[in-house]
Amino acid sequence: MNQEQRKLNVGLAQMLCGGVIMDVTNKDQAKIAEDAGACSVMALEKIPSDIRRDGGVARMSDPELVLEIKDAVSIPVMAKVRIGHFVEAQILQELGIDFIDESEVLTPADESNHIDKWKFRSPFVCGATDLGELLRRVAEGASMIRTKGEAGTGNIVEGIRHLRTITRELKLLTQIDDSELFAEAKRLKAPIDFVRNIAETGKLPVPNFAAGGVATPADAAMLMQLGAESVFVGSGIFRSSDPAKFARAIVEATTHFNDPSIILKVSRDLGVPMPSITMESLAEHQKMQHRGW
Amino acid sequence: MIIGVLALQGGFALHLEKLHALNIETKRVVCEDDLKELHGLIIPGGESSTILRTAQSGLLQAIKEFAHSRPVWGVCAGCVLIASEVVNPEQMSLGLLDITVRRNAYGAQNESFIRRIDFGSPLGGDFECIFIRAPRITHVGKNETTVATDRDDPVMVENKLHMATTFHPELSDKLDFHRYFLRKIAM
Repeated sequence: MNQEQRKLNVGLAQMLCGGVIMDVTNKDQAKIAEDAGACSVMALEKIPSDIRRDGGVARMSDPELVLEIKDAVSIPVMAKVRIGHFVEAQILQELGIDFIDESEVLTPADESNHIDKWKFRSPFVCGATDLGELLRRVAEGASMIRTKGEAGTGNIVEGIRHLRTITRELKLLTQIDDSELFAEAKRLKAPIDFVRNIAETGKLPVPNFAAGGVATPADAAMLMQLGAESVFVGSGIFRSSDPAKFARAIVEATTHFNDPSIILKVSRDLGVPMPSITMESLAEHQKMQHRGW
Repeated sequence: MIIGVLALQGGFALHLEKLHALNIETKRVVCEDDLKELHGLIIPGGESSTILRTAQSGLLQAIKEFAHSRPVWGVCAGCVLIASEVVNPEQMSLGLLDITVRRNAYGAQNESFIRRIDFGSPLGGDFECIFIRAPRITHVGKNETTVATDRDDPVMVENKLHMATTFHPELSDKLDFHRYFLRKIAM
């Protein structure tokens, strides 16, 4: 990826703003997502809550499945690779995927290195829990960031924590004295040039979306009100009692995130959200957000 | 002068930034009422199918009526939405410009590209144009003007009131295309 390609890739991330990206596991689900107004779909074999339940090593999906989903819809299609697994990424790039998610939801393939995303033409989205992690991923070439949250739990608390942390750390950079930026870069473990750029512009270098634990239209609207530019929904749609209705409701709540009358309307008589998990019931090693660094 | 930017989904924030840089008052448009008092409307890039599905009943009709007397600029997905005919797949559109548009005509993201294109006298020179999963204008009606082409494909088409670009001027650091659109309002 040269600077020209980077412009195209961050540009695509910009075009996905204000929308909902939905996890889908087959072409019928992909059509339901598109018809509900999803701006993109994430093609995968198992949604996060099933990955969590089944255990074992979670890998990139079968390319055949990804192609089938790609053929079924006109919106951009994303797919996940394991953290550090650059060959899975090469496969997805070869297949012509629109966005590659280097995702903590799958089992990491490398304990110390994320993918060098500058080596790819295709854009990457990566998860982050704080500003330092966000900037390390951007330095590696990510064109879009999403909060990690805690996928497959139907519990928004971690996604909110990550989003608020990123926003607070960003605001801090715009307030502190220039001479303090070096120490802050050290604390964040982030490149000083990126830190300085945020201090000057007050903006992140790439769009920041929210993911992990979205189960209701209210969850999606809350993330948007807190400054997320789009929302990823994993298990929240196809593990609910009425996926088409939930999908539509979450899209409407994301579009009209500042209008409680619309969020109320779409939240009424919605049915049962996905099964959920409290954070206290998860051991630290069961938390996906700790994958990656 | 107040310019609206349709803010249902897509790259609307970048257009608002460009208009602010030109000291223009702006409004995010998400429902019919937001169109009141506007002098022009930009329909931004994004996913046209998503924008269609998130537009509440009445908003699209209201934009059509708005466009009888006030300028609309469709960018990428916006170009798809203001066309008279859309293919790949066929979908509903507003018919503000007599053009046929093919969605995702160049392919997926790996086929997105940047090209320097000459816009001649109307814009005074050549510009770096950013095409992202771009649509292709495959037919231009005889009453519309093709402002610029790239390898025979029209990339900017206009009539007296409206204009469409298949690329993204809001992703560049230039303000020329936004200024050009504002001239349609002054006329």
